[in-house]
Amino acid sequence: MPPPRGMRPVAKPKNAKATLGRLLQYMKLYKSKLILVAACIVFSTFVSATGTYLIKQAVVSYLNPLLLERQAAVGLTEEEKALKEATGEEAAEGDSLAGGADVSAASESAGEFNPDFGPFVKFLILLGTMYVAGALSTLVYNRTMMMVSTATLNKVRKDMFTHMEDLPIRYFDQRTHGEIMSRYTNDTDTLREFLSQAFPQAVSSFFSIVFSLFYMVRLSGWLTLLVLALMPVMLITTGKIGKHSGKNFAAQQKAVGVLNGYIEETIEGQRVVQVFCHEEKAKADFAVRNESVRVAGTRANTFASILGPIMNNLSHINYVIIALVGVILALNSPDTKGALAALIAFLPLTHQFSQPISNLAQQFNVVMLALAGSERIFELLDEPVETDDGYVKLVRAKKDEHGNIIETPERTGMWAWKHPHKADGTVTYTELRGDVVFEHVTFGYVPEKTVLHDISLYAKPGQKIAFVGSTGAGKTTITNLINRFYDIQGGKIRYDGINIEKIKKDDLRRSLGMVLQDTHLFTGTVKENIRYGKLDATDEEIVRAARIANADFFIRHLPDGYDTMLTGDGANLSQGQRQLLAIARAAVADPPVLILDEATSSIDTRTEALIEKGMDGLMKGRTVFVIAHRLSTVRNSQAIMVLENGVIIERGDHASLLEQKGKYYQLYTGMFELS
Amino acid sequence: MKLTKLLRYAGEYKKYLLLCPLVMIGEVAMENLIPLMVAKLINEESAEVSQVLKYGGLTVLMALASLAFGMLGAYLASKGGMGLSRNLRRTMFDQVQRFSFKNIDRFSTASLVTRLTTDVNQVQNTVMMLVRMAVRAPITFAMALFFILRLKPDMSVVLLVAIPLLATGIIIIMRAAFPKFQIMMKKYDALNASVQENLIGIRVVKAFVRASHEKEKFAASADELTATQRAAEKVVLWNGPMMQLIMNGCILAILLLGGRKYVWGTMQLGDLNAVITYITRVLFSLMMLSFLFISFVLSRASVARITEVLEEEPEITSPDQPVTQVRDGSIEFDHVGFSYTGDKDNLVLTDICLSIRSGETIGVIGGTGSAKTTLVSLIPRLYDVTSGRLLVGGRDIKEYDIHALRDQVAMVLQKNVLFSGSIKENLRWGNENATDEEIAAACRAAAADDFIRSFPEGYDMDLGQGGVNVSGGQKQRLCIARALLKKPRIMILDDATSAVDTATDARIRDALRTFMPETTKIIIAQRITSVMDADRILVLDEGRVMDFGTHDELMERSEIYREVFTSQQKGVA
Repeated sequence: MPPPRGMRPVAKPKNAKATLGRLLQYMKLYKSKLILVAACIVFSTFVSATGTYLIKQAVVSYLNPLLLERQAAVGLTEEEKALKEATGEEAAEGDSLAGGADVSAASESAGEFNPDFGPFVKFLILLGTMYVAGALSTLVYNRTMMMVSTATLNKVRKDMFTHMEDLPIRYFDQRTHGEIMSRYTNDTDTLREFLSQAFPQAVSSFFSIVFSLFYMVRLSGWLTLLVLALMPVMLITTGKIGKHSGKNFAAQQKAVGVLNGYIEETIEGQRVVQVFCHEEKAKADFAVRNESVRVAGTRANTFASILGPIMNNLSHINYVIIALVGVILALNSPDTKGALAALIAFLPLTHQFSQPISNLAQQFNVVMLALAGSERIFELLDEPVETDDGYVKLVRAKKDEHGNIIETPERTGMWAWKHPHKADGTVTYTELRGDVVFEHVTFGYVPEKTVLHDISLYAKPGQKIAFVGSTGAGKTTITNLINRFYDIQGGKIRYDGINIEKIKKDDLRRSLGMVLQDTHLFTGTVKENIRYGKLDATDEEIVRAARIANADFFIRHLPDGYDTMLTGDGANLSQGQRQLLAIARAAVADPPVLILDEATSSIDTRTEALIEKGMDGLMKGRTVFVIAHRLSTVRNSQAIMVLENGVIIERGDHASLLEQKGKYYQLYTGMFELS
Repeated sequence: MKLTKLLRYAGEYKKYLLLCPLVMIGEVAMENLIPLMVAKLINEESAEVSQVLKYGGLTVLMALASLAFGMLGAYLASKGGMGLSRNLRRTMFDQVQRFSFKNIDRFSTASLVTRLTTDVNQVQNTVMMLVRMAVRAPITFAMALFFILRLKPDMSVVLLVAIPLLATGIIIIMRAAFPKFQIMMKKYDALNASVQENLIGIRVVKAFVRASHEKEKFAASADELTATQRAAEKVVLWNGPMMQLIMNGCILAILLLGGRKYVWGTMQLGDLNAVITYITRVLFSLMMLSFLFISFVLSRASVARITEVLEEEPEITSPDQPVTQVRDGSIEFDHVGFSYTGDKDNLVLTDICLSIRSGETIGVIGGTGSAKTTLVSLIPRLYDVTSGRLLVGGRDIKEYDIHALRDQVAMVLQKNVLFSGSIKENLRWGNENATDEEIAAACRAAAADDFIRSFPEGYDMDLGQGGVNVSGGQKQRLCIARALLKKPRIMILDDATSAVDTATDARIRDALRTFMPETTKIIIAQRITSVMDADRILVLDEGRVMDFGTHDELMERSEIYREVFTSQQKGVA
């Protein structure tokens, strides 16, 4: 009795066959275990079908002869006599319900007949042994299948995550988190259900049908034909109802989607709702959506849950028909007792035959859901990962006595680009300095829409380059290109004279420090979060970095200082504090190039001024790209680029830009025109 | 926390939920009579075919009755269950609408959403199952037992052994498995949380080249999940084989006992068959009871989370005889102290005394954590003051009807939210009856009219959920326009133009002055230029008023102000 599966998306897999094939491919890893599972299932269903069949054997081969023996030896009981006379309903009812216990006691004690139940008991013991073996094999297959399904899910999860981490930023930018998340939750859940329930049940159902059919034929060919003839009624009914309930579930799903969307949006914006006294309107809007979920849900659930009673009672009616025909056949048969015993064994077999068929019909939905889920999982796994054709690596370096740069395992604090040249097989080393050059760079997130046009700029090591411009001018895009979150469509970006496409992405990114617009902290302590910048950083290095970012003071005031746990994206810190931590995280990484994207937007100017003091020290000898709305934060840059619609319209240092009296001047003086 | 406690929220659907078990009794009764009929069918070995037909016919009738009851039961359960969840959701949603900011802070929005969706679903599914199954198990148990006793009372000996055996087995398994499943659920949540975190922070992961580190972390928690899952499932695995074994054992025992009787002619095959069927049912009903119990217990967490929402007392409510008119936009802070926790020793705002005249423009400036937002949140009574008094229009704000007060105090929050729907629909939040001209005028004042007109659909453009179709600066301007439409007596802008460029920012402030000269305007800003033209500027530091005066006065006497000013114009001055 699985819990009712409500609120599930009813989605059809696009290519069921191919997905199933891949799924089986996944399970191939556990081939030997699966063979064991199948063998155990076969044995266990065999036992249960055979058990039912053998009961008939027990009656026919052991009990009936004894019965005849007894009847010959001590004669008929009162009851039997009564039956023989066929007095009709009254007597028969009295007999079977009130029971002939007294009579039996009397005749048992009076008889000289002493039947030998030995063989019968032996037979039962044999049957019992078989049952135990059957239960054991059920245990074995349950357990093995559980191991296989958990291992498969574990592998699927890890594969998904590992693959996901290697996907390009573009993938994440184009999808909502919820969309990707549901691969790990809903889709994996349907897969789990498939592996742990639907799959073994399908196998067991199939063999149940085969074995039941086998014994049914052995017991009575005619009755088997009858059972088969009655089957289509069940199948057609199941199919019809299934189709209806599928349609209704889709409708319910849609209504639930609308309602949940509304709940999410309204509660996210609850503060605004209250500030605008919009509560009554919200309640009314909610009630409408809520009611349509109820209407759709009632339909869907009714359809889904009438399937059970229908199947049950259809099978009862089938049962009666078979029993009727069976009894008539038995009455007309020369060996009535034998035929009746066969009927008794046959009847449960019809259940054992029809139940797996209706089971399979009901499992069909689960299988479809699982396939649709797996398809989405495979879709993620099939996404092309970030390609990396770079071959220039970042290595620790030092200068030898001749002043040449050589590679060294020592921590010299000096880094170099190791550049192998394929043509002549030589390797050259270029010191990592932080020289960045854009040459006629053109870029668009989609080919049809260019965001940056012909951008050229250079940043000498140690220079601070600032980007200024309104929202959507392309400032953030530029930083996305330096670290190759996105690849440019035209032009070249050179880093220390090397085309960045030749540099291994990891090494390129390692050489760049970033503090991003949206600060993201991870679950863990403050210390761990700062250490994210450099995994082998010592505690001293962490504290030093925090001091540079001016975060040390507030960290020390947290309940557990550097060991304070941060949860839910650092929700227990203020926005400003989180940014300070993000800056500390970049500081501990100690990269030659820093990218600060509005890194200080939520820090008030006073605090920012304090950070800047630290940052000045940090920035010394580093190339810095800074993006900010506030012009005050970019003033001391060596070069300021004013961007508009993806084009650099002005460049120069603060003074020269003011002299130009262009856009920058307007922006800057606009700031003061009111005073 | 009990599931039954929630049933009172079913309201008009309660009758369906109550009727359903009654109908189910009919279904179960029929279902359990059928084996008896079948037994007679087979027992009538020496009777005529007409007798067989009679019992066969009865069986079919019973099956049809059972079908009718079953379908009716399914309908009643669905109707009642969905009705309950509808009413429960509505009650919760309405309750959330009564929540104050403090209530929301306590729950967090994400958890409120989960409670309204996932938890209500869980309860609904459990209830739908319960009303259909709750009577099924005990009635099947009782009826099956009754028939065994009537048919062959001595056969019930088998049950005397089997029932305690099965019950003990079930209890042992459940006891062992339950805590293990709880651990598993926690690991599962943790795993999902780490995926979520990686999705949000993917740029950080990539920028710091930490993918392999994250992969290791994930692999470790995935392995942990698998290990705990296996530990839990290994226990539950025993359920199936145990049931199988006990059931088959019963069959063997009955064959053994019944076989003798059969030979002695005191038991017929049909009865033997019926006894086996009924004993199987007794055992199944026990199994069903254990399932019911499990789902009942599993729903407990959801029930508790739902009840928490329902029982949460809204912090802020209107007084019994509220004042509904706000005279003017004057504001008076009278020794106001405030703490989010209500703890008077740990105040966020300390002893604030301010007197603001109606129509004044007030700038607020201060460092991170100086409680600027907190200060202004008190004015529309989003939070209640911890000590002191706050007066608007000459009256303590606690005397006002809460909606009357908030209608007169417009606030553009730091965290701006737009809703799905067209721009116009969003703007009408400010004033439902606003004409198109009024809307356009407000948008011009908020410097939003130009960009709105540049959209192909203009004011009818759909904003998408959370206003994803506009940029940050545009969003802020729409939010300002929305607040302007309220024509409030007090207008609060909490860093509401941070993403707007400086020139536009200045234009908006200019427009505000001409658009609503009577309105008191309070502007919180990081940029000193946004506040320096205000009538008076409030300098906050660590929850205390450091100074309050005009730009010139402050330049002269406030060191903090001077510091901020110079830090922002170094290079020009």
